[in-house]
Amino acid sequence: MSERVKVTIDGISIEVDAGTTILNAARLIGGDIVPPAMCYYSKLEGSGGKCRTCLVKVSKGSDKDPRPMPKLIASCRTGVMDGMEVQNITSPEVMEARKGIVEMLLINHPLDCPICDQAGECKLQDLSYEHGSEATRYEFERRTFDKIDIGDKIQLHMTRCILCYRCVYVADQLTDQREHGILGRGDAAEISTYIEKAIDNDFSGNVIDVCPVGALTDKTFRFKNRVWFTKPVDAHCDCDKCSGKVTLWYKGEEVLRVTARKDVNGEVESFICNTCRFERKNTSEWTIEGPRKISHHSVISSNHYELLDPPAVIRKNPALKEANIEEFERVTRHY
Amino acid sequence: MGRKLLLENINVPGINTFEVYRKHGGYRAVEKALKTMSTEDVVEEVKKSGLRGRGGAGFPTGMKWSFLAKPEGKPRYLVCNADESEPGTFKDRYLITHIPHLLIEGMIVASYALGAKTSYIYVRGEMMPQIRILERAIAEAKAEGFLGKNILGTGYDLELYVQPGGGAYICGEETALIESLEGKRGNPRIKPPFPAISGLYNCPTVVNNVESIAAVVPIINDGADEYAKLGIGRSTGTKLISASGNIKNPGVYEIELGVPVEEFIYSDEYCGGMANGKRLKAVVAGGSSVPILPANLILKLTTGENRLMSYESLAEGAFASGTMLGSGGFVVFDEDQCIVRNTWNFARFYHHESCGQCSPCREGTGWMEKVLHRLEYGHGKLSDLDLLVDVAKKIEGNTICPLGDAAAWPVASAIRHFRDEFEWHVSHAEEAMGRNYGLAHYADPLPKAETVAAN
Repeated sequence: MSERVKVTIDGISIEVDAGTTILNAARLIGGDIVPPAMCYYSKLEGSGGKCRTCLVKVSKGSDKDPRPMPKLIASCRTGVMDGMEVQNITSPEVMEARKGIVEMLLINHPLDCPICDQAGECKLQDLSYEHGSEATRYEFERRTFDKIDIGDKIQLHMTRCILCYRCVYVADQLTDQREHGILGRGDAAEISTYIEKAIDNDFSGNVIDVCPVGALTDKTFRFKNRVWFTKPVDAHCDCDKCSGKVTLWYKGEEVLRVTARKDVNGEVESFICNTCRFERKNTSEWTIEGPRKISHHSVISSNHYELLDPPAVIRKNPALKEANIEEFERVTRHY
Repeated sequence: MGRKLLLENINVPGINTFEVYRKHGGYRAVEKALKTMSTEDVVEEVKKSGLRGRGGAGFPTGMKWSFLAKPEGKPRYLVCNADESEPGTFKDRYLITHIPHLLIEGMIVASYALGAKTSYIYVRGEMMPQIRILERAIAEAKAEGFLGKNILGTGYDLELYVQPGGGAYICGEETALIESLEGKRGNPRIKPPFPAISGLYNCPTVVNNVESIAAVVPIINDGADEYAKLGIGRSTGTKLISASGNIKNPGVYEIELGVPVEEFIYSDEYCGGMANGKRLKAVVAGGSSVPILPANLILKLTTGENRLMSYESLAEGAFASGTMLGSGGFVVFDEDQCIVRNTWNFARFYHHESCGQCSPCREGTGWMEKVLHRLEYGHGKLSDLDLLVDVAKKIEGNTICPLGDAAAWPVASAIRHFRDEFEWHVSHAEEAMGRNYGLAHYADPLPKAETVAAN
């Protein structure tokens, strides 16, 4: 039986098991106070601490030692103490630092969202909408890399990478042999296979799901469609390699791609094998469970009219709002 | 002449051999510690001496040792950090080259105190001759029974290994050093856990600088009280200073902490004054990572007193008017040196040496380098100065390891103290390519602190 400790984040208290990280405690509370995380992945051991977007301020260390921590700390890698008080969105210092981090992440990012398959489900896109500024102060050429081919299923765009190391952890922890890693140092560091070699492994496709940006995308889905035009449907199959629980992304009657199911934090529920991901693209191979619930904050749900809760951009414009209501009624009348 | 503890016999011919070193009182500390003292006694003695880490951070060595976890059934390790790569610092290399047995003696005593059965000396890859010197010295010590099984018949076993690194600045950070020693990519670990709990191979580990370990020898030989008599306040003992730049006699000096900075620069015993009759413009007092100070602030405190070579006195005034003792890399600039170019050079170094693990440092160091390059080559804008300060602020404190801070401080402090010169590089871009800004007002006496009259 583990001990329970009390932690207060942005004035909201919660009791959690001792050893829980601040980030996970915040996720239990949920809502706006959850720090964004670009590199931490709860299902990958050792991940986190690198991107620094989840920095928070600890204004009180614990009941025993109430001193505040001198620096902002990475909430994904810091355990809670009993009586700890944490400031996230209530601390101007944290918001300022986070703005800085987002700027740093973006200065060398190509910002090629219009041609990026990740657009619409990209963590960096969300992050820059929330914390970024509209103009850049960076007046130099953006970093580029030599293109390398890592196989016929996975597309690597190194220029988009934020070096979160998630795909390295996936390869270490899910596959029997890691074929890629980080080469080089500093801002020349890159994901690569050292001696150019295809990544070919039963579970290597999961690097696509864990990649927070468009650095690793599905070649079988490449340029087929924008994610917000596709409809996610939960399905399962009897797979001898993985759980077989997936989300199918439909456009009309066609399955455009298969991914693992992602939870509210954007993390997969269970990893899937490459056969499910790349080979089974016929409805007949799956047992359909029903529509996948996508948070209405996501752009993916903006073309789905199950809820009359349009995105902010529509709410602010009376004409669009009117059109949205009409569309909503027209579509839902059939149900 | 100040008292010397580490470099006392440095000029004795053949001191790098076991025979001569032993004849001059070497390995007395090993005999004393292993035969007459318990491990706790040694730790207590080092604690009492007030010895502070000589690698840069200045954390009390005895405290660090007492934090070491001692779980049953797990080995403990002592790792000596000889990855000296801070620009302007070359004291450890000097010590290892000329008097390697001092380090080995210190390693034996320190390992005994910590209960380590295996210890490592992690040497920067470029220092190949020093690696050979150490290996020869270890072989000599082993042949004489000071290393290996049952040292001096006391039943204490110790194996000492030398491990060359790949030549990365980042591997001087203790957790990156541990990763590298384990054979992995030298990325700093996220703390906690600290190495004292879980370090090398997930076992409790202490990482100490070469000079800190060497200083343990005189502490055991002469006693902590005798050691603590040297120095000033909480800065006890002696410190090796690597003096370089525009001075008459560059080199490694052992000073008693508390020597005035002015005396250190101008006295014939130490640097011997400025070379070629030039005037002093600026000083980087503790290796490239510490804030740079103009002549007037490095010689005097804002109160008008002399600034001393000690941890406290150099840090007096915090970021506004102070700096740090750091690793003791004392770089002196005369009036012909360009601070903008120097700052760019430092920024280029940190850009090159960032490991690329966490985003502010990976992206920010390169950004600062590019902006400074632009300023130095006459394409800068006035807004660049504020941009640099802001970028430095966004890096500082937000990174996994102190490399981010180390990259931010030299830039932020140079702009703080030498803003005129930076502005001149923008406003007189063409002229700045041809000549330097010169001394300007950087050596002017500090204004008297105004006293508010009570009325």
